Amino acid sequence: MALAEARAQEEDVGPFVRVHVTVNGKPYEAEVETRTLLVHFIRETIGLTGTHIGCDTTNCGACTILLDGKPVKSCTILAVQADGRGVQTVEGLVSDGKLHPVQEGFIEEHGLQCGFCTPGMMMTSVALLQKNPQPTEEQIRRAISGNLCRCTGYVNIVKAVQHAAKKIHGAPGGGKA
Amino acid sequence: MLDRYGGEAKVLAGGQSLLPVMKLRLAEPKALVDLNRIADLAFIREDDKFLRIGAMTRTNDLLDSKMVRERYPILTDAAFEIADPLVRNMGTVGGNVSHGDPANDLPACMLALGAQYVVKGPKGSRTIPAKEFYQDTFVTALEPNEILVEIHVPKARPRQGTAYVKLEKRVGDFPIVGVAANLVIDSKGKIEQAGVGLTAVGATALKATDAERELVGKVADDALLGRAAALAEAMAKPTSDLRGPAEYKKAMVRVMTRRALRRAWERARGGA
Repeated sequence: MALAEARAQEEDVGPFVRVHVTVNGKPYEAEVETRTLLVHFIRETIGLTGTHIGCDTTNCGACTILLDGKPVKSCTILAVQADGRGVQTVEGLVSDGKLHPVQEGFIEEHGLQCGFCTPGMMMTSVALLQKNPQPTEEQIRRAISGNLCRCTGYVNIVKAVQHAAKKIHGAPGGGKA
Repeated sequence: MLDRYGGEAKVLAGGQSLLPVMKLRLAEPKALVDLNRIADLAFIREDDKFLRIGAMTRTNDLLDSKMVRERYPILTDAAFEIADPLVRNMGTVGGNVSHGDPANDLPACMLALGAQYVVKGPKGSRTIPAKEFYQDTFVTALEPNEILVEIHVPKARPRQGTAYVKLEKRVGDFPIVGVAANLVIDSKGKIEQAGVGLTAVGATALKATDAERELVGKVADDALLGRAAALAEAMAKPTSDLRGPAEYKKAMVRVMTRRALRRAWERARGGA
């Protein structure tokens, strides 16, 4: 019991905590307030402002990032929860100076108007195409149902994702029904 | 560890309800105890008695389970309706059932299925039937120093059909009304066992016991399902809010109960 208590004491954290997070393949280490949200860590602590804060109430998905490959809302995760884990943000989509097919799709199909939802939309789309390389329109619409576009440009967003799917896999259509 | 904060600490599961209520300052726990790194709490498996779901199983893992879809489709129905795909990647089955929010979808399913919750605290573990777990809005039988570790759903039987239907304003919203139905029929087509759970129409998820009693021992037809649905409606105590006036919600309980029962009935008979 004494040992368990001592260990609990040791694991107890104060108002600040040191976190190590790998973002877009690069390791970052910082001391943050325990209450810091992951999105604030990403935007303010390490200065990657491509990830947006929209509603701050777990509705809009503007803050979507990939946490160990899965799309999640970074406004509803504490930075300390990402300690030791891998995060991918919109800044990590470019590789060797080349845009990701999803980014190309959004340009080619006019998948954005004001652009505010776009980083989140793209991160969700990247995760979708990793899991399901040839999604149907229905599956695309389901996948982005946690990302809101207040310009309501969903038609072109869906086309952008289909464009990317074709580009990546050379598939002729938007996938089988 | 929870004891050290004298009931002022909260357990953090997926955080998709707790962090939003903390942002709104509706909850201001002194400390959070994070369960996210306890890998042993995330599993879905079936033994000879139960479908066993670890409390930290992500909602999307429940949704993606082929075994669950084939044998416990009510849980797939519900998981599909919970929040949105991003929230489901973090949100957990245990969090959904133990938060005590009457608008969460899984408690009604667990009531209809007759599930039990295994909880653990400093004094060891105990099992609480779902029907005794929900006491009031956000108030459950869980002690402040206990955590939910596992959910036990009675193992699926032959000729059992289950379904969850949800009426919502838009994808990802809380339900206006949700209804869970569980029917087991005997070889002659009579209903041997019935479970009906209601979401978002009371201080807690409700077990529609009058409707269940009406169903048992009878052959299902439209009239019977209609009578059971009326009894479910009589039991519902919704409040008027942005999702609709109470009278409308009560009427929808009847409609959705009939639909859930019909789908469960069709599944019990081997249809889709």
